[in-house]
Amino acid sequence: MNNHEAAPSTTGPSRPASLTPLVPHPPATSARKTRRFGSWYVAEQYLRAMKGYLDIVIAYSVGNPLIYLFAMGVGLASLVDANSGTASFDGASYLQFVAPALLASAAMMTASGEFTYGVMSGFKWWKTYYGPLATPLTPQQICQGHALAVAIRILGQSIVYLVIVLLFGAATSGWAVLSILTASLAGLAFGLPLMAYSASVRDDKGQFALVERFIVMPLFLFSGTLFPLSTLPWFLQWIGWISPVWHATEIGRVLSYGYAEPLWLSVVHVLYLLALTGGGLLLARRVYARRLEG
Amino acid sequence: MIQNPSRPAVIVADQLTKRYGDFTAVDSISFEVPAGESFGLLGPNGAGKSTTMRMIGGVSQRSGGTLSIMGLDPEQQGPEVRAHLGVVPQEDNLDQELKVRDNLIIYGRYFGLPMSYLRPKADELLEFAQLTEKSTARVDDLSGGMKRRLTIARSLINDPRVLLLDEPTTGLDPQARHILWDRLFRLKERGVTLILTTHYMDEAEQLCDRLIVVDQGRIMAEGSPAALIREYSTREVLELRFGADRNAGAADAVAGIGERIEVLPDRLLIYAHDGEAALDAVTARGLTPLTSLVRRSSLEDVFLRLTGRSLIE
Repeated sequence: MNNHEAAPSTTGPSRPASLTPLVPHPPATSARKTRRFGSWYVAEQYLRAMKGYLDIVIAYSVGNPLIYLFAMGVGLASLVDANSGTASFDGASYLQFVAPALLASAAMMTASGEFTYGVMSGFKWWKTYYGPLATPLTPQQICQGHALAVAIRILGQSIVYLVIVLLFGAATSGWAVLSILTASLAGLAFGLPLMAYSASVRDDKGQFALVERFIVMPLFLFSGTLFPLSTLPWFLQWIGWISPVWHATEIGRVLSYGYAEPLWLSVVHVLYLLALTGGGLLLARRVYARRLEG
Repeated sequence: MIQNPSRPAVIVADQLTKRYGDFTAVDSISFEVPAGESFGLLGPNGAGKSTTMRMIGGVSQRSGGTLSIMGLDPEQQGPEVRAHLGVVPQEDNLDQELKVRDNLIIYGRYFGLPMSYLRPKADELLEFAQLTEKSTARVDDLSGGMKRRLTIARSLINDPRVLLLDEPTTGLDPQARHILWDRLFRLKERGVTLILTTHYMDEAEQLCDRLIVVDQGRIMAEGSPAALIREYSTREVLELRFGADRNAGAADAVAGIGERIEVLPDRLLIYAHDGEAALDAVTARGLTPLTSLVRRSSLEDVFLRLTGRSLIE
């Protein structure tokens, strides 16, 4: 049986015996390092895996803003600006008005994909969460690491988006750079509570398609994105107030063309986004721990 | 169990219990594993072996009893316990999105190991697992045996002194199993403590110094494979086949031959010290079985004796 297996291998890049054997750091060091940096290690895995479909990530990050900015900011804008002038939007052009909204919406849409199908893949389809579970990583870190990787992707995508917005001449203030952060925050404020929900789903029976259709789309359409929230009938305006996209859009407008808004309201926007992000993360951590440690 | 001070216990389980609602998967089992031993949990599917492994690995919380791994409580110090272990799960959960070699490196990152260690270590392990040529292949393109070897290589990335193997060769063809056994045997020679579950008696006999036979969450017997066979079975077994409908009837006809008779759906087992002599006694009674076979007793016979059921059903 397998004589060739027993013979010492003489081929291949084997290390000379004179070299000192490879000795890893002691287990206690592993545990200490992983306790501190575990979430980053998990994020690293996601970013490495993303390299495998980097072309798609880039095509999406560049193509998406082009499509929306041309359609809304150029096409639709020519109609809107011809009709109402710049009066309706605090002196801004329609392109300037929609750009911050499109930026925040894009962050939400990327988050909605990553935090539904991505989570399902980790628990069920590819079971990527279960391999690392046998290492010093904790379920909470597996959750946070995934969230961190998505946050990095959204941040990168928002940077590309803002560059294109600037090329379109759709932002007039240097403060617009900060809207990269507020838009990314909107992605997480929407995405992390969704992550907690997705982690509780055992079988995808179309729930995620419903989330796309009846949560993501309405939030995109009714968050003061394409028209000011105040033009909506009062019974629909609450959608804006609960929508991370509206809060991020309003700050984005303040930052990119000096839209006038009381300071306290801007503070509320940021606090609301932070609260949803923090609350969502805490909840997701708990759901992950319960499911992975059963 | 006597604790040998020169071989300190790596694992001490005392009345370890796991319940899921009303169902008790692991029912108050106690055992101890000294460093360097190959320790097996033998039992049929659903006996509670995997659940026990998951508790040892610190990924499942116990419902009762105490458990100590390298003197640490996996519930309180999960990351510290897991840093000591290598784990080969029952189902390969390799990262399908990463190449073969990257699977090893990324897994090593989870132990906080630096790239300067991981790059040469990954190459060393690929060679150990005979996967050097597959280094840049996709996991999807590997055969079942290769995936299993990669999973074992992955579990060794932190150079663990304790390796947990849950059904390491289930689903593999005989050749792939032998390659795996050979690799595991080398680890054992290097002093790695192996804890493995299996429902294959030949695997348990090949690899285990000592084992516990588990059924329905309880320990039925404990000892070395040879001692268990001595204690619960005879030296030899005579297997007789009379044809599907006639086995049960023939059992009465051979009564009194050997020490014990088991009637299985497809054959009769006569437990005797001397199988050939038993066969002579059978033919002397004018019985003509379709086939007859004399073999050594195995752990399968031990299990049959203890539970009245076969290991693989």
